[in-house]
Amino acid sequence: MSVTQEAPPAPAEELKVRKPSTRKRLVPYWLLLPGILWLVVFFALPLIYQGSTSVQTGSLEKGFEVTWHFQTYWDALADYYPQFVRSLLYAGTATILCLLLGYPLAYLIAFKAGRWRNLVLVLVIAPFFTSFLIRTLAWKTILADGGAVVDVLNTLHVLDVTSWLGWTESNRVLATPMAVVCGLTYNFLPFMILPLYTSLERIDGRLHEAAGDLYATPATTFRKVTFPLSMPGVVSGTLLTFIPASGDYVNAELLGSTDTKMVGSVIQTQFLRVLDYPTAAALSFILMAVVLIAVTVYIRRSGTEDLV
Amino acid sequence: MPVLRWLRRHIIVIAGLLTLAYMILPNIVVMVFSFNKPNGRFNYSWQRFSVDAWKDPCGVADMCGSLSLSLQIAVWATVGATVLGTMIAFALVRYRFRARGAINSLIFLPMAMPEVVMAASLLTLFLNMGAQLGFWTILIAHIMFCLSFVVTAVKARVMSMDPRLEEAARDLYAGPVQTFVRVTLPIAAPGIAAGALLAFALSFDDFIITNFNAGSTVTFPMFVWGSAQRGTPVQINVIGTAMFIIAVLVVLAGQLIANRRKNSARP
Repeated sequence: MSVTQEAPPAPAEELKVRKPSTRKRLVPYWLLLPGILWLVVFFALPLIYQGSTSVQTGSLEKGFEVTWHFQTYWDALADYYPQFVRSLLYAGTATILCLLLGYPLAYLIAFKAGRWRNLVLVLVIAPFFTSFLIRTLAWKTILADGGAVVDVLNTLHVLDVTSWLGWTESNRVLATPMAVVCGLTYNFLPFMILPLYTSLERIDGRLHEAAGDLYATPATTFRKVTFPLSMPGVVSGTLLTFIPASGDYVNAELLGSTDTKMVGSVIQTQFLRVLDYPTAAALSFILMAVVLIAVTVYIRRSGTEDLV
Repeated sequence: MPVLRWLRRHIIVIAGLLTLAYMILPNIVVMVFSFNKPNGRFNYSWQRFSVDAWKDPCGVADMCGSLSLSLQIAVWATVGATVLGTMIAFALVRYRFRARGAINSLIFLPMAMPEVVMAASLLTLFLNMGAQLGFWTILIAHIMFCLSFVVTAVKARVMSMDPRLEEAARDLYAGPVQTFVRVTLPIAAPGIAAGALLAFALSFDDFIITNFNAGSTVTFPMFVWGSAQRGTPVQINVIGTAMFIIAVLVVLAGQLIANRRKNSARP
């Protein structure tokens, strides 16, 4: 009490100065408010709702009730683990293929394209603007039974090998795992190439010259200079490819068969056709958890935590 | 062996061009098959040349309606996501405040989440609220998933901006509004444009989230999806080809303008 009484009242001028600074301090919050509110209401809140749905029991006619029935998770995993494993396997393979195919093209655009650079970049970006469903349907034509691709692969006896590995069936590519992985790779290639290109473009060309001056062969230069410096692009590219690919069901549905169904397809069917909301919610929660854990571990391991 | 040596020398260029071919091949197939006259309902095998579909692009019931709906949604989603995203980006780069870390992860998470998870959870919310599925639920969903991408694009640009330019403007007696409109916004414009373009493309092309939250409303990707089961009209290839050509032209024009500006800026 006595302390507050003894404290001298703040001079009037100082208050005037302080007032706009309080208002200024609130500026970032006003800037953030609408967007963050949107994300909280339409992104975070739905996840909470889904969490509660996944532990409900009941049916559409009788209504659902939260009963903390965690059994749904085990049942969902027991019933659909093949689709889960397949999703992660296909998405992983597609990601590796995207990296192997995308790196040379990103390198080409960054260092070798010269005055063609803009044109090549446009050709990489343009597919973004053509409906990906239409382009995926085009793969049906390309990989069709008796089509040119299948004929060439057959003549070269490639299909014999891949069929033995279980990737294709003899004489056909469509409706096999290979077709699905091919579609996934194709669909997510731009998501790999653009981050790779951005990080490669930032590399100072003089570093390559310096490596050459120090008697490094082109291969050594790539291994010791270029590739390490492009790591941020590799990390964000693989993430941007793997995450959407693991939840995708469009490629599996259009190019695959019932033997190549991915988990996204199961979630969609359970949610929109079977109307078994708890199972669908549990499945998508498991998928979310697996992806988030994988992403976190991967980011930690590759040492680019500032990415997040 | 000179051929082998040549191959080894140009291995990167060859591999890169092969990847480029792989990427463009479907677009070429779409283009070629837009001139096809199919025998049945499915346009998967070549029959004979015809320009019928090009003469009558809207000849398929409901297709152009779904196309215009997709365009409308994409435009509004772009506007919404760009405005909200730019505000967030500026707040994150320019100000230090509490909860920055939490907000950064809230922005990152939608990009690190398989679409089907977001789609299903949003539908759970809408069902619980008893919302009528349709235009508005699609728009809400699209703004939500485009937002993070806009923030990332704008943030990158604003981060590389020199704050001294704004100080200079203030020193020359520009008010805060004037500084923002005449200095800050023009410098941030390429980042905002990139974010907006990305939002438009993502929204226009989205299938998974829309499929969950559209109810009985049909957007263009949903129309294509449905036609894959019922039979694909040639007109779909016409629209696909037109979109590809327009996109190439728009991006090339943008690059030309950017180049000219860069050249005229040189002394």
